[in-house]
Amino acid sequence: MVVEEFFAQTRVFVVTGKGGVGKTTLSGAMANLAARHGLSCLVVQMAAPGASRPPETAHLSRLFGQDGVLDYEELVLKPLDGPEPAGQVRARALRADTALVEYLHAHGMKRLSRRLATSGALDVVATAVPGMPDILVLGKLKQMERAAAAGQPGAPDVIVLDAPAAGHAVRFLQSPHGLLGAATGGPVRAQAEEVVAMLSDPTRCQVVLVTTPEETPVSETVETAQALEDKAGAALCTVVVNGRMPHLDLPADLCAEVLVGAAGRRGARLSEPGANELVAAAALRRARQRSEAAQVERLAAELPLPQLELPFCFSTELGPAQLALLTDALESGLASWSPVRL
Amino acid sequence: MNPAGEEPREQGDGVRHDGRDAPAPPRAQVVVCIGPGGVGKTSTSAALALLAAREGARACVVTIDPARRLADALGISSVGNEPSRVPPPAGQSWAGELWAVMLDAQQTFDELVSRYATSEGQAAAIRANPVYRNLSSALSGTQEYMAVEKLFELQESGLYDLIVVDTPPAQHALDFMEAPRHLARLLDNRVFRMLMVPTRVGLRALEMGAQLMLRTIAKVAGGQVVTDTVQFFTEFEGMEAGFRARAQRADELLHSSQARFVLVCSPRRDTVEEALFLASQLRHEGLAVASVVVNRCYPRFDAVPEDVADALREEGLGGVVANLADLRAVGEKEEQQLARVRSFLPEALVLRVPLLFTEVTDVVSLAELAGHLSGAPAAGAPAAGAPAAGGS
Repeated sequence: MVVEEFFAQTRVFVVTGKGGVGKTTLSGAMANLAARHGLSCLVVQMAAPGASRPPETAHLSRLFGQDGVLDYEELVLKPLDGPEPAGQVRARALRADTALVEYLHAHGMKRLSRRLATSGALDVVATAVPGMPDILVLGKLKQMERAAAAGQPGAPDVIVLDAPAAGHAVRFLQSPHGLLGAATGGPVRAQAEEVVAMLSDPTRCQVVLVTTPEETPVSETVETAQALEDKAGAALCTVVVNGRMPHLDLPADLCAEVLVGAAGRRGARLSEPGANELVAAAALRRARQRSEAAQVERLAAELPLPQLELPFCFSTELGPAQLALLTDALESGLASWSPVRL
Repeated sequence: MNPAGEEPREQGDGVRHDGRDAPAPPRAQVVVCIGPGGVGKTSTSAALALLAAREGARACVVTIDPARRLADALGISSVGNEPSRVPPPAGQSWAGELWAVMLDAQQTFDELVSRYATSEGQAAAIRANPVYRNLSSALSGTQEYMAVEKLFELQESGLYDLIVVDTPPAQHALDFMEAPRHLARLLDNRVFRMLMVPTRVGLRALEMGAQLMLRTIAKVAGGQVVTDTVQFFTEFEGMEAGFRARAQRADELLHSSQARFVLVCSPRRDTVEEALFLASQLRHEGLAVASVVVNRCYPRFDAVPEDVADALREEGLGGVVANLADLRAVGEKEEQQLARVRSFLPEALVLRVPLLFTEVTDVVSLAELAGHLSGAPAAGAPAAGAPAAGGS
């Protein structure tokens, strides 16, 4: 499938997975890939459910070699100055309290909005109506999706929601369904209905699951996938295995003598401790490759979704160099990707 | 192990100065594990408790949302909210005991309501209120608050020498420290005060404000919500003092010399930065990080000379050379992150836990992880004359 087709499947990609598996990294790589193909992409991050502060880390900005911390205002991560055809990458954070203010403004309750939002009343409302902050954030997302669908000037072609970690994501996406079942009325109910309509329409919204090729993240990904489909009624797009070690051919019977002998044949002297380092490093890599392959296989068996893979970068900090590498991997993976379930 | 890293205020590992038979129940040492999500905080908490149990303490770990297999291994997946005893793996024995409990925030809150209600009728009315039912799931910080409450309750029970508490991933600030104050703050909220005193004389302006708020909330979310909310705060009246006092005592416990903080992270820039942010918040509270557990560290390998690398490549062993370069590269990057941790927290003991080949999903692998943590100033005192009877 070509990249343009992949991004044309839906307007909002919801990226979720267990904590620490690379949700933000994948969001950045997807946005960068979209931009590479001339699409403009908006990455949306959100404060943790209930919290009213923006994410503290600048992880996403740093992928693009920038330093800004995301807030409610849009930040341009990749300007429209690259070689043709290049799109733009923008990012912003969504916060429930600010979304509430906007919502009240839009519904003719401007006078109260500021006070309601600053007096901590959101806590009150959130406690009385669980899922209220979620619905405010999702309502804002839906509004952005509508703008994109209508092709409004400045609206992005693709929206990537860098969603909360798996368990929270299920609750978050379930919120509008919960609200519909509760004894609420008025505009909140209407809002919930519209959000449910977006979440359950695969042409408007699909979920991308991220995991690492390790036992616990894979198990939780399978559970999350089921919960998202069953409880939130969301369509699943693909699963992305992040941080997989690139495969190296390493002889299974490698030992120090073999290495010392091989070096000697070319006139180089390899000490025995040096040879042992190489053997130990190879043993670690082989064990890791084996266990990762087993987990990827298990994931395929237990979760019938197409898979994509991103390599481990052998770094502890991800910047533009790693982003380019990951974007390349995503691009080549998409060449053979098909939306057909395994 | 690292004398410079020991906390001077502590009595030292394994020594408790309670020689005389005090009538008060023994006060447990408390270890709070904090850190970002996905770095192995739950496993680390359980391993620290196991380590203490192995060394003779009666240790209890409070876990929050553990991975299913770990919960199964600890035997806590079906037991709610009360500690259950974890037996050592076959063929091993521990000098002490390991207990584990999975936090049930709702049940903990229910128990707290029963404790402070003036009558069973009041407790029942509160528990039946829909707004109350939402408190444990919807109010941010409730889970953290209940974790503190559970910790406090276990400490008060006098049954344990050491309590290790896992915390929910703290993304933004030290939610855990703030948690006990959160409900108090909610109850102090201006809007709630208006709801509770809508007719007080002399507050006409406030009354109008309150009415307007109520109308707005009703307009946005429906009238039933307002009815339930007013009902809840009417029912709750008279209980805030008890809640507040208890939150205060829990707060004091966390600030006392009984409590130690263990920061858990992995050697990646983003988790290190989040962890150091948490440490700076602790510092702001006047608290210190006793030790830092850096999980998932790659082993370090020495380089081979360039001519050897060339020779091996020519001999068709390029993969072996490339692999060493890969692993050395990540090792060097990790050292940079560890150096940041050490320079930010010069007083703390920094423990490097290697990337484990098996994931921590049973007591055997938990014991393996514990092996890498020895030296962590977390092990409590071995029980001298261990108290009788378990927690359940």
